[in-house]
Amino acid sequence: MSKYNSKYLEDKLKTQLEAQHVSVVDESDGCGGKFSAVIVSAAFNGKTLLQKHRLVNSTLAEELKEIHAFSQKSYTPDEWEKVKEQQQQQ
Amino acid sequence: MNRICQTLLRQSYVRSSAVVAQSQLSGGVRATAAAMPAASFNATPLIISRFYAADATTDAAVVDKATLDKLVRTNKVVIFMKGNPSAPRCGFSNAVVQILRMHGVQYDAHDVLQNEALRQGVKDYTDWPTIPQIFIDGEFVGGCDILLQMHQSGDLIEELKKVGIISELLKAEEAKPKQEDSK
Repeated sequence: MSKYNSKYLEDKLKTQLEAQHVSVVDESDGCGGKFSAVIVSAAFNGKTLLQKHRLVNSTLAEELKEIHAFSQKSYTPDEWEKVKEQQQQQ
Repeated sequence: MNRICQTLLRQSYVRSSAVVAQSQLSGGVRATAAAMPAASFNATPLIISRFYAADATTDAAVVDKATLDKLVRTNKVVIFMKGNPSAPRCGFSNAVVQILRMHGVQYDAHDVLQNEALRQGVKDYTDWPTIPQIFIDGEFVGGCDILLQMHQSGDLIEELKKVGIISELLKAEEAKPKQEDSK
């Protein structure tokens, strides 16, 4: 049981990372232990995959101590455009 | 899950499934590998992954950096996971095992559930909060999400190539060159 919900995480990621798009899905049936997130931010520009994930992990360092399972997809705005294109094609 | 396990444990099932697996193997190993990733699991039984349940340094509270420096270089690909490759005990660890299997990678696996010092040690070592963790050529690559993304983008094939591992997926693709990006 953690005290976090997807709304809280979305807000925090949005402000701290100046993200243009964040969606966090609670996959824990409400217990707050498992989330998956899609984050689009210009802060990721020029960063490797590992660096992006590290940035998100450090932003949520406190929260991740309690959140048991956190999965993320982190995109730069350019990458996000491509992802959206691909999704439309499917 | 329980029901599946019970079914698997029944002896009659074990025998018949072994026959099925064999016939699958003698069938089109090559042909199925690219088209159906699921089938390639059966098609690559020769992968031997070394697996360490408990490591030598169980006394220390946390496995130190020097030990981990050595540990992550014992093979070209080294992973730290929950459970072992034949019985992963976490969905994320399982995903990593399945991805590596698809690529036909031989790797060393360490079960952090058997060794709390290792679990904390590797987290400190990489400054990464979660398990599983994947190392290629001694370099920390990331966790499950990153490996999955690299797998989907094709980067994993390139990274493996750099350390001299030719992915099974690449071999399958080269066997039938005209097919583009079958996702």
